[in-house]
Amino acid sequence: MNETLAETPVNENTSKTTFGFWLYLMTDCVLFASLFATYAVLRNNTFGGPGGGELFSQPVVLTETIILLTSSFTCGLAVLAARANNKRQMLFYFGLTFLLGATFLFMELSEFRSLVIEGNSWRRSGFLSAFFTLVGTHGLHITVGLIWIAVMMIRTLKMRGRKFSETSLKRLLMLSMFWHFLDLIWIFIFTFVYLMGGVQL
Amino acid sequence: MNASIERGRRQYVLGFGLSIITTLTSFYLVSRQILAGWDLVYAIVGLALLQVIIQLLCFLHVGHEKEPRWNLLALDFTLIVVVIVVIGTLWIMDHLNYHMTSPSDTDTYMIQDEGFQKR
Repeated sequence: MNETLAETPVNENTSKTTFGFWLYLMTDCVLFASLFATYAVLRNNTFGGPGGGELFSQPVVLTETIILLTSSFTCGLAVLAARANNKRQMLFYFGLTFLLGATFLFMELSEFRSLVIEGNSWRRSGFLSAFFTLVGTHGLHITVGLIWIAVMMIRTLKMRGRKFSETSLKRLLMLSMFWHFLDLIWIFIFTFVYLMGGVQL
Repeated sequence: MNASIERGRRQYVLGFGLSIITTLTSFYLVSRQILAGWDLVYAIVGLALLQVIIQLLCFLHVGHEKEPRWNLLALDFTLIVVVIVVIGTLWIMDHLNYHMTSPSDTDTYMIQDEGFQKR
């Protein structure tokens, strides 16, 4: 991940900052691992209620997955555009990332909403508690990421001159690490929660 | 500078394409019921791990840093912790489930797994 930094003139401090952020992502990884373990233990404890196979709509989840994957891709392109000091292209790609991320979050929230309306909220069973905790924590991270993208876009809009400073490139790099990391976590949610929910064992 | 940006873009396109392919493959396997039971689970978990490796290499550029590779070391250590947490939890909770089984299932388990015979 330091490839981008290795080729631009940076001081010691920058790589220390990104390393610190990487360590934060690793601890977040452990947090999600414990939530996944909880979900795996509780996934059959439906207390007479519906299980994953009956509740989840696979095509909707596939759409969500493709949307988040595409936003991860455009986020990477936005950082590359910033490194090339192409402000317009950077804003375009980050705008696209923001829209895709917001669409993803909206789809997730409407899924939660319909589950709650049908009486399948987190209070229904151990399985649903674990489901809402795991997927909700990911959604919370996405929300924070969206706010971060918005802040970076406003900063770029107000930026004087067309060269990105070393500091803003460093921040953009950390934002993209965060966003790619959330897509990694989603691959596991997609596979273990949604796809495996439909598998008969 | 420009060459490295071009290389970065190629990496992103490659990672994006491969990720789309693995996602659609695992979705196809599940929706068409090509495999069943544990075979299906192994297949989609394998595809998920493959996609994670693709994204770690192409999107997060793991392993591209100069020596000493502290980022890679932190990642390795985290993976060990994650494996211990997840597999350990499943192992312990499975055994708890088994040993604290309900009275109605106890007879079945005693005959099936522990070698007792009904008289």
